[in-house]
Amino acid sequence: MADPKDENPPPTPREREVAENIGADLNDPHESPANPENRISVDRRKADRENAEQIVENMPEVLTGVKPRGERDGRRKVTRRPGRKAAEVKSTGHSWDGIEEYDNPLPRWWLWTFYATIVWALGYVIAYPAIPLIRDNTSGLLGTTQREVVAQEIRQFDETNAPIETQLVAANLSDIPSSPDLLNYANNAGASIFRTYCAQCHGAGAAGNPGYPNLLDNDWLWGGTVEDIHLTLLHGIRSPEDADTRYSEMPKFGVDGILDDAQIQQVTQHVLALGNLPHDEAQAAEGATVFQDNCSACHMEDGTGDRSQGAPNLTDAVWLYNRDGQPDEATIHRIIHDGPFGVMPAWSDRLSEAEIRAVATYVHGLGGGE
Amino acid sequence: MAILDHHKILEKNATLLLVFSFLVVTIGGIVQIAPLFYLENTIEKVEGMRPYTPLELTGRDIYVREGCYVCHSQMIRPMRDEVERYGHYSLAAESMYDHPFQWGSKRTGPDLARVGGRYSDEWHIDHLNDPRSVVPESIMPGYSFLRHRQIDPAYVEDRLVADRRVGVPYSDDMVTEARADFLAQADPDLDASGLQERYPGAQARNFDRQAGVTEMDALIAYLQVLGTMVDFSTFQPDEHR
Repeated sequence: MADPKDENPPPTPREREVAENIGADLNDPHESPANPENRISVDRRKADRENAEQIVENMPEVLTGVKPRGERDGRRKVTRRPGRKAAEVKSTGHSWDGIEEYDNPLPRWWLWTFYATIVWALGYVIAYPAIPLIRDNTSGLLGTTQREVVAQEIRQFDETNAPIETQLVAANLSDIPSSPDLLNYANNAGASIFRTYCAQCHGAGAAGNPGYPNLLDNDWLWGGTVEDIHLTLLHGIRSPEDADTRYSEMPKFGVDGILDDAQIQQVTQHVLALGNLPHDEAQAAEGATVFQDNCSACHMEDGTGDRSQGAPNLTDAVWLYNRDGQPDEATIHRIIHDGPFGVMPAWSDRLSEAEIRAVATYVHGLGGGE
Repeated sequence: MAILDHHKILEKNATLLLVFSFLVVTIGGIVQIAPLFYLENTIEKVEGMRPYTPLELTGRDIYVREGCYVCHSQMIRPMRDEVERYGHYSLAAESMYDHPFQWGSKRTGPDLARVGGRYSDEWHIDHLNDPRSVVPESIMPGYSFLRHRQIDPAYVEDRLVADRRVGVPYSDDMVTEARADFLAQADPDLDASGLQERYPGAQARNFDRQAGVTEMDALIAYLQVLGTMVDFSTFQPDEHR
């Protein structure tokens, strides 16, 4: 059965008038204004016809010999600037669906920029290393190499700093802080070296991290004079490749079975007691004996430590191995059980003597220097 | 112009256009790449380079597996700021045994080309376990699981053979002793003289400070050797290259 929508009802008088007006064939189902689906094309044809009429009405005088209606009415005068006259443009001959591609010239600014880059490239190829040949590449008239550029730049800075660096190396370490020029240079250079090489462990502000000493306080493991710091920087602490490194090793009391679990628990309580921290009195008393037998050789009988062995003072409030900066029973227990082995690399291979002296002076001046 | 008229044939024939495009790209590639194989300044030989030890090579595989190269480059460019921060600029020869090289161009983290010896093993352990425990502003993820994963060096010989096939000069001796070298480098109780003889300057110690050979051992062994093979106190680069 046919859909009632498909059947064309007879055109109304209004539809007949429109069809005549726009030149549509009422009998053609694709043109008939009676068919609602043709509404868009019907409207378009109507608009086209109106546009055509307007164009004819307003044809330029050159073509028709008659003044356009607008001008005749004296309402509007269109004067065209000569430069803006639409020029005859050559076609490229490419045409698709009635759309033609014109052969417009490239914008002049663009074209000249393009030519300029070509000229620049030619000059560049001649002046700089460019074309690979059999054994080598053309080295260019300027003879530039990246290695030379960087070496020269570094040399230039080295030469500028050479006089003061020579003074820095020649000076007595302990005299550096009293010479304003040397101190100023050492502090600036030292700060920048510290941020490059030392901040990863000791923190950007030198306040340290659990296991990595705080350099701002006056609690030193291996000594806090500028000479001590200088020596530590030169050879490191337990640095694997340096024969002169500062060395000591705390036994792994638990791992190596030197103490049993109960003893480690007791000595942990004793260490807490040494630091005036909350602890178990009875266990701490037992731990005191264990401490005298096992720990006092390095940490001293009263727990104040020994700098010649890098053994920390256990009676103060500064704890190298801590949790978020606070002393912590579990951490102390772990350190006694596993044995710490903190390493600081030796810097004599990477940094020059002047640089090491600068950073030693800087660290010494951070607040805790002796 | 006649030649431009001929060009129309290419424009109108998709297959032909593809073939000729490929040809042009090939020529461009050859001009750029081929000279690198024979130009003297790109094949500069330097002293001190040796193939990675089996443990370092395993660590390198872990480095690649964990995608470290996504954030870390291994290529110090010849510019003053880089040389001041990271050390001597990288030489082509320093990645001669890298397959594939780890140069990279994305630096979310710092360059690692000369990280070897710069920090202690303890620092690497702490930092890999929890980067923010030592560098509070770090955005690096933690890799604490590496410490719990023991490595069975069952395939380490094959690994060396694979690298040998692409040109790394591993001797027969190195391949047969690969497992022994692997274990000796991470265990101070084993005799490391064979390792030292085959891989001069190899650092042997318990890198992760715990029993057994873990992925942490391998990765730290690799990190600690990066950029340390060439001795720059004696090496003088030819500035005219």
